[in-house]
Amino acid sequence: MSESTQSKAVVNDTLIEARPAPSSATGPLRWLQDNLFGGWGNTLLTLLSLWLIWLVLPGALQWSLIDAVWTGGSDACRANPDGACWPFITQRWDQFLYGFYEESERWRVNLVLAGLFAGIAWLVWERAPARNLVGLFMLFGFPLLAYLFLYGVPALGLPVVSTDQWGGFMLTLVIALTGIVVSLPLGVVLALGRRSQMPVVRSLCIIFIEFWRGVPLITVLFMASVMFPLFLPDGVTVDQLLRAMVGVSLFASAYMAEVVRGGLQAISKGQYEGASSLGLGYWQSMRLVILPQALKIVIPGIVNTFIGLFKDTTLVLIIGLLDLLGMVQSALADAQWSIRSVPYTGYVFVGFVFWCSCYGMAIYSRRLEEKLNTGHSK
Amino acid sequence: MAADSTGSNTPSRAVFWRDPSKRALIFQFIVFALAAWFVWVIVDNTATNMRNRGVATGFGFLDIQAGFGIIQSLIPYSEASSYGRAFWVGLCNTLLVAIVGIVLATVLGFLVGIARLSPNWLLAKVATVYVETFRNIPLLLQIFFWYSAVLKPLPGPRSLHEAGDQVFFSVNNRGVVMAEPVFGAGFSWVLWALLAALAGTWFIRRWARRRQEKTGQPFPVLLTGLALVFGLPLLAFLLTGMPLHFEPAQMSRFSLRGGVTIIPELIALLLALVVYTAAFIAEIVRAGIQSVSHGQSEAAQALNLSPGQALRLVIIPQALRVIIPPLTSQYLNLTKNSSLATAIAYPDLVSVFAGTVLNQTGQAVEVMAITLAVYLLLSLLTSMFMNWYNHRIRLVER
Repeated sequence: MSESTQSKAVVNDTLIEARPAPSSATGPLRWLQDNLFGGWGNTLLTLLSLWLIWLVLPGALQWSLIDAVWTGGSDACRANPDGACWPFITQRWDQFLYGFYEESERWRVNLVLAGLFAGIAWLVWERAPARNLVGLFMLFGFPLLAYLFLYGVPALGLPVVSTDQWGGFMLTLVIALTGIVVSLPLGVVLALGRRSQMPVVRSLCIIFIEFWRGVPLITVLFMASVMFPLFLPDGVTVDQLLRAMVGVSLFASAYMAEVVRGGLQAISKGQYEGASSLGLGYWQSMRLVILPQALKIVIPGIVNTFIGLFKDTTLVLIIGLLDLLGMVQSALADAQWSIRSVPYTGYVFVGFVFWCSCYGMAIYSRRLEEKLNTGHSK
Repeated sequence: MAADSTGSNTPSRAVFWRDPSKRALIFQFIVFALAAWFVWVIVDNTATNMRNRGVATGFGFLDIQAGFGIIQSLIPYSEASSYGRAFWVGLCNTLLVAIVGIVLATVLGFLVGIARLSPNWLLAKVATVYVETFRNIPLLLQIFFWYSAVLKPLPGPRSLHEAGDQVFFSVNNRGVVMAEPVFGAGFSWVLWALLAALAGTWFIRRWARRRQEKTGQPFPVLLTGLALVFGLPLLAFLLTGMPLHFEPAQMSRFSLRGGVTIIPELIALLLALVVYTAAFIAEIVRAGIQSVSHGQSEAAQALNLSPGQALRLVIIPQALRVIIPPLTSQYLNLTKNSSLATAIAYPDLVSVFAGTVLNQTGQAVEVMAITLAVYLLLSLLTSMFMNWYNHRIRLVER
């Protein structure tokens, strides 16, 4: 009986192995059809894209790699003006990096840069010990130490290198990092002030934030360079770099304040009530309950503000500070290098440096966002 | 202590520094006093410094003859004009860049943003590369690139044209030179026809909407409108005997004379601003379209709307609500960024007024105050307009 049913059974007692889909449904051809050549409209778009790529890519490669001049001096570039002139970068590399910082003292810049990158690596590496302490140090202690170290302390045997000798990428980093370090805490305070119950504090914060957000950074820098000396009592002078840094920092903190405010608004009222029901005072509830959540939400916004600040540091060249772009711009004026390919080369180099820095920050913020997304959304 | 105050029937009087409302009052008073003191010190120092340096004060300088030329002005201006006139020239140039830039950046940004969501893999990748490249490179660098590396090394008019040539269109290191349109006597009829066509389209749209609400019959408003807007002026143009011809520029021995010239400073500034801002707008558009849930387009399909109708009637109105607020701040950014003009000496407000006029008069406080006030006002006006628009298209909730 059982044998006969078994023999006649249409039911399989073993699972049939899944067969691969027919090649017409998967395969690279199918992918091409789905993504590039489905319908005449799609095909047209593909051709348009190919045309755009063909327009840019071969020329760029030809110019920057194949036809480029790699060795020699300005004569080699003059002989071949149709390719990139990389010797312009390599010969002035030191200037682009350090500005006019005294050559015998450049080890100080190197040391500070090494410290900076070590600190950043420590913070980015997720399993490093004592990240909180290192973070606090990098945010508050390191900038001060770095500034003293770069400026010089004669008592410790470090001769003074005045700030008008600073320049190049080092200056870019100094201004950007000062902006970041000042704008984050100031922005948090301003954001809290703007949401305060106290009318005087609130309106002062609103006026401050909206003023800085309403005017262009150039006018801020003009103010720093033209009007700031008028604000100070007679006889007190502040050097150009410090004035620019004050302007950039105040400007950035207004933007930071709005980003942080967005985070504060996103925290539900229950969190505030919960904190006060636990008997926490204002500062305690902010420090222990609200800000940790709010800042976590707005990390992408904060990093975007940093990226914007980093790009905006180039504007200081308008008031005569020679950052990386300013250094390249002034090097272009050199008659020895007045060759057709040199401006392209210089700008492509600066663009590449900024692009790498900014894109790196953007990628990091995206990763952080994914990691911190602990399942509240979706 | 806490138990004390809650335990007793009559709440014991808190010491005044433990009473939140009184403490807030005292704190605010201190903050206000500090702020007032800070402002007073600055004002006092400034006044003293200006007196010591013998700088004139007041706005009288606006009537003094400026004595410098400006390479591009939309309103009549010469070296004999006043500083006040120079201010208006700068402001007009700033507005020109801002308005043209906003329009072009919006078009390019929407195209790239939609391209990023295209089902075409290659197009989406090209759009992504565009966005990631241009928004991560400083704007000032892009301006310099277009100006010093691309436009300035172009050949001069002398190497492009022979003396005595009639030039209708030329791109050289003096900018773009085009033939100048000369409008004949009857050309105003064309403008009137355009105006009439616009008004007619508006009435047809109203009528079509009413009819659709009553009867459900749609009417092709867009096609009729386009036909009207293009057809009617064309008709008027032909009827009045084509009162328009183009006067070419003349190549003299050294330079091009006549024609309309767009200076390279303006081109470089616009190119950089548009390319840079469009990258940001593209991201905003992409996020806005992605924020409309997939169910909405499925529901539109279930209602038998065509893909075009679904996009126009369902997706875009909802996406716009997400897009408008950040788009506003991009418009403001573009307007403020147009002040980078000063780096390549395009005569915008900052370059002319906060640059040349400030240097010539030395009246830093007045000049900077006017400049800052203009930018604040522009910001305010733009955000007011966009708030109004945002309010108009907002979701009507029950």
